[in-house]
Amino acid sequence: MRYIRPSSLEDAVGLLANASGKAAILAGGSDLLVRMKGGFIEPDVIIDIKAIDALGRIIENDDGFVIGAAVPCAVLGENTALRNAWPGVVEGARLIGSKQVQGRCTIVGNLCNASPAADSVPALVAAGARALVRGPAGSRTIAVETIPVGPGKTSLAPGEIIEAILLDKRQRHSGDAYQRFTPRTEMDIAVVSAAVNLTLNDQGVVEKARVALGAAAPTVLLVEEAADILVGSRVDDGALERLAEACSAACRPIDDKRGTVEFRKKVAGVLAKRVALTAYQRAGQK
Amino acid sequence: MTFDPSHAARSFSSVGTRPIRPDGVDKVTGRARYGADFNMPGQLIGRILRSPHAHAVIRKIDTSKAEQLPGVKAVVTAADLPDLTNGDTSMYDILDNCMARRKALYDGHAVAAVAAIDAHTARQALKLIDVEYELLPHVTDVDQAFAADAPLINDTIITKGVDPKPDRASNVSMRSQFGHGDVDAGMAKADFVVERTFRTEQTHQGYIEPHACVANVSSDGTADLWVCTQGHFVYRQHCAQLLGLEASKLRVTSSEIGGGFGGKTHVWAEPVALALSRKAGRPVKLVMTRDEVFRATGPTSATSIDVKIGALKDGTIIAADATLRYSCGPYAGSWAEVGAMTAFACYKLENVRTVGYEVLVNRPKTAAYRAPSAPMAAFAVESAIDELAKKVGMDAVDFRIKNAAQEGTKASYGPVYGPIGIGPTLEAVKNHPHMKAPLGKNQGRGMACGFWFNFGGQTCTDLNIGMDGTVSLAVGTVDVGGSRASLSLVAAEELGIDYAQVRAVIADTSSLGYNDMTDGSRGTFSSSMATISAARNAIKILRARAAQMWDIPVEDVTWERGHAVAKGETHGNLPNLSLKEIAAASGTTGGPIAGHSEIVADGAGVSFATHICDIEVDPETGATKVLRYTVVQDAGKAVHPTYVEGQYQGGAAQGIGWALNEEYIYGKDGRLQNAGFLDYRIPVCSDLPMIDTQILEIPNPNHPYGVRGVGETSIVPPLAAVANAVSNAVGVRMEHIPMSPPRILAALEA
Repeated sequence: MRYIRPSSLEDAVGLLANASGKAAILAGGSDLLVRMKGGFIEPDVIIDIKAIDALGRIIENDDGFVIGAAVPCAVLGENTALRNAWPGVVEGARLIGSKQVQGRCTIVGNLCNASPAADSVPALVAAGARALVRGPAGSRTIAVETIPVGPGKTSLAPGEIIEAILLDKRQRHSGDAYQRFTPRTEMDIAVVSAAVNLTLNDQGVVEKARVALGAAAPTVLLVEEAADILVGSRVDDGALERLAEACSAACRPIDDKRGTVEFRKKVAGVLAKRVALTAYQRAGQK
Repeated sequence: MTFDPSHAARSFSSVGTRPIRPDGVDKVTGRARYGADFNMPGQLIGRILRSPHAHAVIRKIDTSKAEQLPGVKAVVTAADLPDLTNGDTSMYDILDNCMARRKALYDGHAVAAVAAIDAHTARQALKLIDVEYELLPHVTDVDQAFAADAPLINDTIITKGVDPKPDRASNVSMRSQFGHGDVDAGMAKADFVVERTFRTEQTHQGYIEPHACVANVSSDGTADLWVCTQGHFVYRQHCAQLLGLEASKLRVTSSEIGGGFGGKTHVWAEPVALALSRKAGRPVKLVMTRDEVFRATGPTSATSIDVKIGALKDGTIIAADATLRYSCGPYAGSWAEVGAMTAFACYKLENVRTVGYEVLVNRPKTAAYRAPSAPMAAFAVESAIDELAKKVGMDAVDFRIKNAAQEGTKASYGPVYGPIGIGPTLEAVKNHPHMKAPLGKNQGRGMACGFWFNFGGQTCTDLNIGMDGTVSLAVGTVDVGGSRASLSLVAAEELGIDYAQVRAVIADTSSLGYNDMTDGSRGTFSSSMATISAARNAIKILRARAAQMWDIPVEDVTWERGHAVAKGETHGNLPNLSLKEIAAASGTTGGPIAGHSEIVADGAGVSFATHICDIEVDPETGATKVLRYTVVQDAGKAVHPTYVEGQYQGGAAQGIGWALNEEYIYGKDGRLQNAGFLDYRIPVCSDLPMIDTQILEIPNPNHPYGVRGVGETSIVPPLAAVANAVSNAVGVRMEHIPMSPPRILAALEA
């Protein structure tokens, strides 16, 4: 097994594209090392991207935020501007694992691990986040929800690396929120989760909405019919009830060790109501 | 030894204080050596191949390809561990569990093992072992295994304890029955009856430290084993017997232990490590992965329990009946028997009957888990008692006080109680501020009682006084909960010296006589008796040496507060001699001074506890939050109160985890689905409130200081206390543990 720590993204892409045998990218390692230790994968080459300066930074520019692929989730929580603009995205990132894990893990790693239960992904999907992808054929920018295509599988082409996650500049009267259901308070994984991102008009009526559910299908679900219910409402009780029904109906979960189909459907609706209210309150304060 | 009533009035100077434990600094700084911290020059890494099937005949194992892999130094199968058990069926079961012989009996059952130069090579070698299995129908559920048409796990098992003897094999290895009076006649008189069936799922002890050992078999036939265990003398006996070694040729040294809770009371991989070392001619280190710990070690029984209890209008329980089915894994056990003994032990009953059935299933061999079998029986009984109190119209605590066992009560499992603590714990709970604290919306309060026998057993201790006057205490009961601190306090108390002058160590098996393992809450109970006895023997010598130094008769020398005191008119003016002065002179007064003790520590007093739990339930998701928790338990005499409280809190924490989220989940394929701490959910710190404790001291008449074991009883009430709290919060009786959110939500919507 070879371990390589390139200092430029070009080198990393080159190494990945030309690797003989199985290659793996190491950022925080909170998925990769666990899988290696468990004997599930035995890579021939490990490419550590933490020495690439640009990937370790969060940049705020006129278009919004650029979050480098190697930025640990804990650092997201320390960035006041990001936390104020996208509190739902940050709270998702800061629910992964434990404090110690958050010191290492990254949202790009969470996305590329392609678990339907990934904590940071529903809020990114609700936020309309995009991924900046670099590969042998150049760069492209794609919606984050197009990256995971099923449990453990992504749409990335061989040799492609996600360089950064892009979040739009926040419009006023906007807010987002994320909640997951876990039996434990921490060190746990979502049984089902929900994220809502709202933009209101000056009268407090929802103008734009995006609703995403985690652990409710093979990939994170963007539930447009649920968003449509919120648009035009003041997130009143009636809208919330219809939102819950729409979310429960949209779920295509499985029965497994973490929960039953019935439980996931019901709780997806409950969480959607709760995060919609939080997102609405946050939007109203700005 | 009997309780010295003078101690009741006496003020102890060391016992009852809270000094820092001698193993504390090394543990918090990472210096303490646990099982996996031992290493030997030239050691190999051992790994075990495990069956992926729940039930299969092993037709053939081809190890040739693995043996040819460079770096592989030994491969063993059952053929390398021949049956030397000589008709001892429980040892045969342990042997078969260490390495499957004819059949793989559960997902995770060991079938072969390798020793190689490193972990990577060992893992590669496992992949090259070719095992030919013939799959058999399997059964993992206790009720399904109990049914007459269940797949048969062992065709030689004929149910014991049934008359006439059954004419065919089944999965029920034994029926046991306890009780007295006429239950049916009593039940007929009852004004109120509660009858329900309860279920509990299988849990693991959840010790953080995996099983780990280093085995070194020398070419001269002697062997050493460094291992994480609750009982190194027991491990020596097991390993010596299974490998055909003489006990004295095998020295076993116990490491610090990162939790055992009953799961490290018999051997699992240690005989395999020894067999690998013997074959390879090199030391072998074997450390289980977490996956192996879950799949192949430990778990407690899953249970299915029918309870029926009847009461008169005045609140007297007139009859109590229970049938308990406990899973044992694929080998015969006596887990239901213990459940049947403990089920009604808290109560004074005229008519009581319990029947236990031991049920074989294709799951790992059931092992002891802290007061083994009692928590599940208590869950069923205490849930029914709570419901019956409501029917009678009495407060849950008052109803229990009315029916609580007392001194002189004939216990439901046979003996007559001496002085016991059930009544006092209930009175303390009744008066506890927790019981009067207000509750909010969606919140409920529950309480429950629990009983455990406690155990004493064989104990051997050496107390050596150094020439500088400090004391080394060599103990043979593994320290799992702070017993080195407690025993140092006891030695200091007896000798009349400072705690800081005593250092206790756990001696290896070649340095002391046999000790039973640390189970049955016996560590501090039995080793403190042995320490007291060793110290008193040392004091006899100290007095004799002082008499010699003074040249007076020994009868005229007493021992007071760490000094020899000459008495009487003739010698009364002699200045006292301190232990230090006598020790300093020992080289010229007859040599080293030591006290030894070899005892069977009889008379471990039974133990009772009552717990209170407040919980909040989210009615939309079934999520629970434990808001407040209080443990009241009798300690007899708390030697080191901090570690007594730690035992109370630890047992409560484990019980809360068991009550709410912990469970083994098997797929239809008979494979364990959640062999890791992510999906086997023990509570993390933020899941629990600070657990309040109240220590009661009702002296054990059989111990010089009145000490009772305290380690296990604390896990008995929580399942029921939490279930009663949830039931009171949601208004639906919870019958199935763990009360995971999906199960609570389903009960609410049923």
